Amino acid sequence: MGFSILSAMTFLPMAGAILILLVQALTKGQTGEDAQDNRIMYAGLVFSVATFLVSLVVFFGFDHSALGYQFVEEVPWYAGIQYKLGIDGMSILLILLTTFLTPIALIASIGSIKHRITEYVAAFLILETFMIGVFCSLDLVVFYVFFEAGLIPMFIIIGVWGGADKFYASFKFFLYTLFGSLFMLAAVVYMYLAAGTSDIMVLETVQFDPGVQTWLWLAFFASFAVKLPMWPVHTWLPDAHVQAPTAGSVILAAVLLKMGGYGMLRFSLPMFPDASLLFQPFVFTISVIAIVYASLVAWRQTDMKKLIAYSSVAHMGFVTLGIFSFTEIGVQGAVYQMISHGLISAALFLIVGVVYDRMHTREISAYGGLVKKMPIYASLFMLFAMANVGLPGTSGFVGELLTMVGTFQASTWAAAGAALGVILSAVYMLTLYRRVVFGPITNPALEGIKEINTKELITLVPLAAGTIILGIMPNLIFDITRGSTLHALARLAGG
Amino acid sequence: MFDLEAVIAAFAPELLLASAGLLGVLVGAVFKDRFNTISFRLGALVLIAAAGLSIVYWQGGRAFDGLIHTHAFASFAKTVSYTCGALALLMAEGFLKRHETQRYEFTLLVIFASLGMGVILSASDMMTLYLGVEMLSLSSYVLASFHRDSPRSAEAGLKYFVLGALASGILLYGISLVYGFSGSTSYEAIAAADPGLGLMFGMVLMITGLAFKVSAAPMHVWTPDVYEGAPSPVVAFFATAPKMASMVVFATIMYTAFPQVVAFENWQMIIGIIAAASMLVGAFGALIQTNIKRLLGYSSIANMGYALVAVAAGAAIGGAAVLVFMTAYVIASIGLFGGVLSMRREGGMVENIDELSGLIRRQPGLAFALTILLISVAGFPLAFGFIGKLSVLEAGWNAGLVPLVIILIFSSVIAMYYYLRLIWIMWVNEPVEDFEPVEGWVSSTVYLSALASIGLFVFAAPLMQLAQSAAGSVLP
Repeated sequence: MGFSILSAMTFLPMAGAILILLVQALTKGQTGEDAQDNRIMYAGLVFSVATFLVSLVVFFGFDHSALGYQFVEEVPWYAGIQYKLGIDGMSILLILLTTFLTPIALIASIGSIKHRITEYVAAFLILETFMIGVFCSLDLVVFYVFFEAGLIPMFIIIGVWGGADKFYASFKFFLYTLFGSLFMLAAVVYMYLAAGTSDIMVLETVQFDPGVQTWLWLAFFASFAVKLPMWPVHTWLPDAHVQAPTAGSVILAAVLLKMGGYGMLRFSLPMFPDASLLFQPFVFTISVIAIVYASLVAWRQTDMKKLIAYSSVAHMGFVTLGIFSFTEIGVQGAVYQMISHGLISAALFLIVGVVYDRMHTREISAYGGLVKKMPIYASLFMLFAMANVGLPGTSGFVGELLTMVGTFQASTWAAAGAALGVILSAVYMLTLYRRVVFGPITNPALEGIKEINTKELITLVPLAAGTIILGIMPNLIFDITRGSTLHALARLAGG
Repeated sequence: MFDLEAVIAAFAPELLLASAGLLGVLVGAVFKDRFNTISFRLGALVLIAAAGLSIVYWQGGRAFDGLIHTHAFASFAKTVSYTCGALALLMAEGFLKRHETQRYEFTLLVIFASLGMGVILSASDMMTLYLGVEMLSLSSYVLASFHRDSPRSAEAGLKYFVLGALASGILLYGISLVYGFSGSTSYEAIAAADPGLGLMFGMVLMITGLAFKVSAAPMHVWTPDVYEGAPSPVVAFFATAPKMASMVVFATIMYTAFPQVVAFENWQMIIGIIAAASMLVGAFGALIQTNIKRLLGYSSIANMGYALVAVAAGAAIGGAAVLVFMTAYVIASIGLFGGVLSMRREGGMVENIDELSGLIRRQPGLAFALTILLISVAGFPLAFGFIGKLSVLEAGWNAGLVPLVIILIFSSVIAMYYYLRLIWIMWVNEPVEDFEPVEGWVSSTVYLSALASIGLFVFAAPLMQLAQSAAGSVLP
């Protein structure tokens, strides 16, 4: 096989992190005195940009028209388990999202993270390795290893650089996810014992007994529902988001949540088709509850980050609706919605981060009238708020529309509930926007607030461009994901 | 008929330990205090050599008219146990020197305890088993109270002795019942005997005694107290070498002396209940601990519970998992106790977990290694402990022990909390002052075991195959 580019892409950030840690350890011996040293940030940036370039190489080498996994590489690990990587249309897009957002998250951290920069950069780079690994794995155990391992750097990121209540938030985040995932691990072991291998490509062809499928599906769902997160196991998300530093929230919302949706498409549908059909009404019910409930809760929030976190829960409801509509258009919409939400939620957390860095509060009531002081900021905020609502012309619109069309074909009332969610999303986003940006300046501290700076523009403009380009030319994504969508639906009879 | 070759094949490491130990007594008697310093390294060398001999005579054989039967399953455990014993001895050297208790008797006790482990691992007869158990236990009682001037150490030794003697009594009573109802003390003859009620009764009593030795609930109460009271290097020894040996012996007895279908069904349920109780007691008990040694004591109870799930799965399914899980556990444990031994300030040992505050900024290497070891002992991915736990899960599923699998999941999540809390304290809290430097042996043990935990995770295949083939040797 020779040079394996997927492994290189996966482990490049980790190699960078180790290098940075080593250099730091050898030159200073102790970390902690490097308070203002942004050179480490730039070093981390170099590695994450390099990873992005590698992922672009993979992307352009990827044959969009071919079906099945590409760039497959395999090394036996032990027994029937192998270190096996490979990508299809859905995974390459999520990998691109990851490698695209990690440099942005690091740029956003320059200046706002003021202590223990070495560890910060290392944690982000190691996290990036695990995220890419999740989307590349073609072996269940390897997938699980990456899926879980990512918890540790995120735990440290929230723990060390988080807000006042970080202990509660990071433990809740970790233990919730672990609890769901261990059920998945038990199911993985069961499947491994039944099939003699944990190779995903083999397991996709194994026909499990429908009764067994039900249990396996539930075990996987326990993990993905927590990760996504779905109502009623979503409560860790607002806590984690509020306490996490801005860049942590960006990665959490944009990439980590997508692992849940990715898992459902990669495992639940192709491996347990009977159980998926059986549970369709159940998933629809909790998705609609999630959309409506989370939107209403978002409306009443006084903390900007919490509001966006609840809005993420609602938007992930669209993803599950689309996936479990079992229609091509619905699943395509769900994948699209994941990518689009990755860009929009990342941007919204950055938007909050911009004013938080200046004012050190996320209370909505502390703001108002920002348009007078920060017109460029206000316009960018407007763009992303509208994209989050699902305004035509932005990527948010396409995702919501397609998932609803798909859902409509499967269940009218579920689509009606989702439509209600679209209206509610306008309610809470516009309320937020009006209270933060318009109106008179009531808080005297806002008088001296500075307009958005170049660094912040560098992080936001690519996201804005992505949101608009994808909104106008959605086929960019659909052509790539069609193969994996059809693959995910292939075993659902009548899908 | 005395067949020297067979004896050497079956018993070489133990012969070495026995002769070295006896020679040590003589040398000590002649040279007295001049032997103190050198004895530790010599002892470690002997233990390493014994581990090497276990590898050389991997397949073992029978000797002494069937009183001894070494198989690959035992050799695997011997190799790990002796290596841990050697590391514990090396780590003890500096510690005892500072506490002015560096005496050659310590070395000899560790060697005799290791000899006891070798005897019980190779035993294929209840008499041999009991002799080995006593040799191991008596040496351990003395080791626990080695700091005889410290009330805590004396208390730990006394507690250990009283409870341990009780457990030995129960074990012996069980053995006598088993002998009475089967007419023999040999494992093979017992396996062939009619599994009547009397035999089952004896078996249950034996399980009770053995559960004490591996510190499984509800026979676990001595563990936190002894861990807290005994000198730290002694605990590093207790937590690793005898644990590995006792657990493997537990499995061997169940697999080879009671393999009948009726007996198997009975002990599977009993051990299943013990496993469940240990997992829960270990997980909940550790939550409120602030003393790192007590915390690790409860953690070991929980981990013994996981290992017992693999024991309960039976020889064919769980044998390899017992070896893999226990190996992963002791590798991580010896490193963690190296960490405990590194917690030294102003000449004294500190044991409160808050003393680890901000360690990552003071001693990043040590904190990193300890983090890896905690991840490993928690059975979380990226370290060998994960593969151990995966094997146990696999064994549990395969044997259809669904309730145990579910309890394992719950207790793993709960246990993760206190491992995470330690990671939190090291990474997030504000640093306190540095620990005083420790000897190279301690820090190299910490780094080595962290490295081994990662290395065996990545390159797991050879060890897994070895464990698999070793487990084949105890199949009925």
